[in-house]
Amino acid sequence: MPNKKTIDEKTVKHVAGLSRINLSGKEVKLYQRQLTGILGYINKLNELDTKDTLPTSHPLGNLKNVFRKDSVRKSLSAEDVLKNAPAKKDGFFKVPKIIE
Amino acid sequence: MTIEAINKKLNAIIYFNKGVSATQSGTPIAIKDNICVKDEPTTCASKILKGFKPPYDATVIKKLKEAGFALLGKSNMDEFAFGSSCETSCYGPTRNPWDPERIPGGSSGGSASSVAAGIVPMALGSDTGGSIRQPASLCGIVGMKPTYGRVSRYGLIAFASSLDQIGPLTRSVSDSAMLLNVISGYDEMDSTSLDLPVPDFTQSLVNDVRKMKIGIPKEYFPEGGIDKEVKKAITKSKDILIALGAEPVEISLPHTEYAVSCYYIIAPAEASSNLARFDGDQYGLRKDAKNMVDMHMGTRTAGFGSEVKRRILLGTYSLSSGYYEAYYLKAMKVRTKIKDDFLNAFKLCDVILTPTTPTPAFKIGEKIDDPLKMYLSDIFTIPANLAGIPGISIPCGFTQAGLPIGLQFLAKPFDEEALIRVAYTFEQNTDFHKRKPKI
Repeated sequence: MPNKKTIDEKTVKHVAGLSRINLSGKEVKLYQRQLTGILGYINKLNELDTKDTLPTSHPLGNLKNVFRKDSVRKSLSAEDVLKNAPAKKDGFFKVPKIIE
Repeated sequence: MTIEAINKKLNAIIYFNKGVSATQSGTPIAIKDNICVKDEPTTCASKILKGFKPPYDATVIKKLKEAGFALLGKSNMDEFAFGSSCETSCYGPTRNPWDPERIPGGSSGGSASSVAAGIVPMALGSDTGGSIRQPASLCGIVGMKPTYGRVSRYGLIAFASSLDQIGPLTRSVSDSAMLLNVISGYDEMDSTSLDLPVPDFTQSLVNDVRKMKIGIPKEYFPEGGIDKEVKKAITKSKDILIALGAEPVEISLPHTEYAVSCYYIIAPAEASSNLARFDGDQYGLRKDAKNMVDMHMGTRTAGFGSEVKRRILLGTYSLSSGYYEAYYLKAMKVRTKIKDDFLNAFKLCDVILTPTTPTPAFKIGEKIDDPLKMYLSDIFTIPANLAGIPGISIPCGFTQAGLPIGLQFLAKPFDEEALIRVAYTFEQNTDFHKRKPKI
């Protein structure tokens, strides 16, 4: 874990961009201060030696690949799926232009 | 007082199901607003899902409907279940029926408050780091987090997929066992649910703890880290169980102090990934813009509250290039150590006894500007989620000011029966669950 205990404003802005969130100047300052505090606390994990420890993803890790039978069954209708769409056209979700 | 009048004071239920009338039969139940109910609003108490009505029922809802429950409505929560106080809801905070100036706990605060106030006899919540047990404790009711994989998560809007579990909030241990019977079981729609037989949990409602070994972990009684009145009530509870024939065993869970750090890497990382789906494309809020990226940016900026943004930033940071191994992978390894602590401890005891929370309910506004302080209020509940084990919180006393105190029991994976037995025995031999708040 990086021993750097601070996260600078540039990093906050970069991470916000990756997260598709716009932050005001005031928010950048607030989150910079708060995330620095939280990461400072989290750095406690550095005290532990985990060289020989395996990671846990599923807490009761006794599951192998979970597959279902490849058979046709009833699913939601396109009409139901599109019911909540902010915009739709011809049975599809309609979104703004992706490529200029 | 009508339930609407009580609810006006507490803001516990944010939506009353139009389909339920006073004459309908079936036990009324409130559903946390992050569980999908077909054609009823399901918003995670977030602006980004305003107006969303799921086209399908969560598996637990399907089971409740088949069993004849009357779904009264949706209960308030911290936005996307990110919080310990029910203050981050876009509908405003829920209040604690024992003292309306105080928080009910979170994130299932609306579920706990509505059950404690008698609006409903029972509710469903979800528990990712204590979100059922902590509010149950602060509102003086029974809250159970089942083993990870015991209850299907299909239709539960995901926060942290490796930690989330749905469970009951009730006024008695019997109701908890009964409701767990209804919602448990393997579901092929949830690939993490486990295909194991489900016992009849009401068979464990046995008033007998003789020879039961109760582990007392010294790390859960830190010097100066726990309210004096809470400590006194927990010690007294332990003595009550010993007098009833239980055998206390001193145990150690040495990695307890790393649990909150571990959790605040894993949970936000999983959350930042899960919440990527809220972008205005398919449902919920959309802020129109000329191109797609600007539409996503505008929608997410306007739709998410400040705690949600904080956790997305934290999670995205710890998963981003150059930090993944240092943070996320490190946390998953520490998680193994925390899980192993419990598995080792359960070689010596049947259940573990701890306080549910370090303090009774705090005041609305007290911790909202200090996220780290807020995160530390879940210090005793988070480890069970990391280890996947079941836990229950039951009423075990009151402070001099009349605020409820909760007692937590933890058991090995899929041994909810041991929790029900010890909790039921404690309840049958005490009166704390009989006291009701004056509203």
